[in-house]
Amino acid sequence: MVGVFLRLVGRELTLAVRGGIGTLMAVVFFVIAVTLFPLGVGPELGLLSRIAPGAVWVAALLAALLSLDRLFVADHEDGSLEQLMLGVLPIEFVVLAKAVAHWLTTGLPLAAAAPVLALLLNMSVDGLVILIVSLLLGTPILSLIGAVGAALTVGLRRGGALIALLVLPLYVPVLIFGVGAVEGAVLDVGVHANLSILAGGLVGALVLGPLAAAAALRMTVE
Amino acid sequence: MATRATGATRRGRTRWASIHFFANPARFLRVARAVYPWAAGSTAALIVAGLVLGLYVAPPDYQQGDAYRIIFVHVPAAWMSLFIYVVIALCSAASLVWRHPLADLVAKSSAPVGAAFTFITLLSGSLWGQPMWGTWWVWDARLTSMLILFFLYLGYIALHAAFDDPAKGARVAAILALVGVVNVPIVKFSVDWWNTLHQPATISKIDAPSIDSSMVAPLLLMAAGFMAYYVTVLIPRVRAQIASRRIRNLRMAQVSR
Amino acid sequence: MACIRGERPVFSGVSFSLEPGGALTLVGPNGSGKSSLLRILAVLLKPAGGTLTWEGAPVDQDWTAHRQRLHYVGHLDAVKPTLTATENLRDWARFRGAARAAPGALEALGIEELADVPGRFLSAGQRRRLALARLLAAPAPLWLLDEPTVTLDADASARVTAMIAAHRTDGGIAIVATHGEIALDGAGRLELGEHAVSADMLMTEADGESEEEEQW
Repeated sequence: MVGVFLRLVGRELTLAVRGGIGTLMAVVFFVIAVTLFPLGVGPELGLLSRIAPGAVWVAALLAALLSLDRLFVADHEDGSLEQLMLGVLPIEFVVLAKAVAHWLTTGLPLAAAAPVLALLLNMSVDGLVILIVSLLLGTPILSLIGAVGAALTVGLRRGGALIALLVLPLYVPVLIFGVGAVEGAVLDVGVHANLSILAGGLVGALVLGPLAAAAALRMTVE
Repeated sequence: MATRATGATRRGRTRWASIHFFANPARFLRVARAVYPWAAGSTAALIVAGLVLGLYVAPPDYQQGDAYRIIFVHVPAAWMSLFIYVVIALCSAASLVWRHPLADLVAKSSAPVGAAFTFITLLSGSLWGQPMWGTWWVWDARLTSMLILFFLYLGYIALHAAFDDPAKGARVAAILALVGVVNVPIVKFSVDWWNTLHQPATISKIDAPSIDSSMVAPLLLMAAGFMAYYVTVLIPRVRAQIASRRIRNLRMAQVSR
Repeated sequence: MACIRGERPVFSGVSFSLEPGGALTLVGPNGSGKSSLLRILAVLLKPAGGTLTWEGAPVDQDWTAHRQRLHYVGHLDAVKPTLTATENLRDWARFRGAARAAPGALEALGIEELADVPGRFLSAGQRRRLALARLLAAPAPLWLLDEPTVTLDADASARVTAMIAAHRTDGGIAIVATHGEIALDGAGRLELGEHAVSADMLMTEADGESEEEEQW
């Protein structure tokens, strides 16, 4: 069973790698979105360092949203999804494997790119470390919640815009605690509470996300 | 490998006549017809009484003057928007677990009413903010939570409407409602947390001012009136849903003729 | 067994049983519910009424077990354009619980020379052959095939017919939706057109409801 799960993750990664430049879209979008902030609010360093945690996190959130609409739709269109539902792997684990692959191709690269961007926004070095940690804890939650949104809209002709409407309100807590941790580090007022809550949220999302997404897939794939 | 047949006509009956008292639409419609005039009447009576007590009898606040009177709309509307979201979630659970056909219709019919109450909460909060804080919008923790609740309502309504097959839309939206109801307390908690982190410069006077009993009575009357209003608008909406389902049945009969 | 697809009743009163080695062809005009029936048998779609049993036990007691004893080849080929034929086949065998794809599956369908070709270079007929190769890559007793020979040439159609025959000799069961291109020896035949839900039945049902709801 574990082998089948890993094979599915591996397959998704292979598909992502062979999919070419499209896979890097999330990171490219992330970089461009963050560079828009100084252009929007002006180059004053004090202001930039004040908005840096929020700007990076908001951009990461939107970047993670970008590829969600293809998460199940591609498999739905070519029939792979119904074959996966007939396979030995319970649908909950199919969802989990896809969320893991989504995170490896979006969340992880985002966390890797974030420190450079944060430097562009004049963030302190204390903030950088916590920014990476908070992104590593928070972006998997984004992938898992996103999987629910993607599962709810499989089979709809225009699911993409709807996913954003469904998922963004649910992303609010992740944004708040993620930014809270980074600001805590920058202002030196402690980061543990925020990071612990993020970690707790990740555990909750790991359990509930696949359950809800699997229930949704059973209904949307008929 | 074997299959066993059941007739199409029997299918219809087993789906309607089971599980629960209100699962039968005929029975629901009977009860609804009896309840409807009472609900409509008490809506009018309670809201008039609440407005009279709130606007004329209750004394002005020693700090806010007459401006505080908007809470007689604002606070009950906020209660209702949360209450209706819980109703939608409970109906969604009933529809997913017991395939309760009426629960779907109640959930679907409730959503726009809940969204309207949420919007009234936001609007009245904003109107209240102007004399209180001198600005139309304050990122107060409660208003922010309400805003996110409003987005959740919109998502639910949009998802419901996105499916060609209403039965499928109802089941999928039900899952979203349940996901949302798990999330609402987390959102609330996170927004409170965020608010204390960014302590606003303004002093919040909305939070539990010592309320005179002459203010409690109109508040509760208005809340009861809003509840009665909810029942009053829900009944025709559910009726319309049942009627449109019957129209679909008849139309399909024509198509396959 | 009855089926409502979307809001449209498709068929009702369908009933059949098959022994090991048996086969059933589903025939009927477009829209008569051949694909829907196959999807119900594959538990991808819930029936509106009726039961499905395997060796006497209703399959809804254990859907997981039922899924593992069936192969379903629908209209969609589930072939990934960026994976080679071998990789596609290997993945499906793994997801079906086999350690690896059984050898000979590509050969049986005459596409062994395409083993290393990515899916996007395959023609529709070649993709179809690859989808059918799944049947051999991981064994399962029940085959549910939805118009398997559409887009196939005469050679491939003959290979598929031979595959089904061999499968039945081994005690397998095949249920095949077709417009008559496939002839299976000794196979039962189910005319779904005869089980269509007629307007009269619908009207009876609608009237039944309106009696219940009369009082408003």
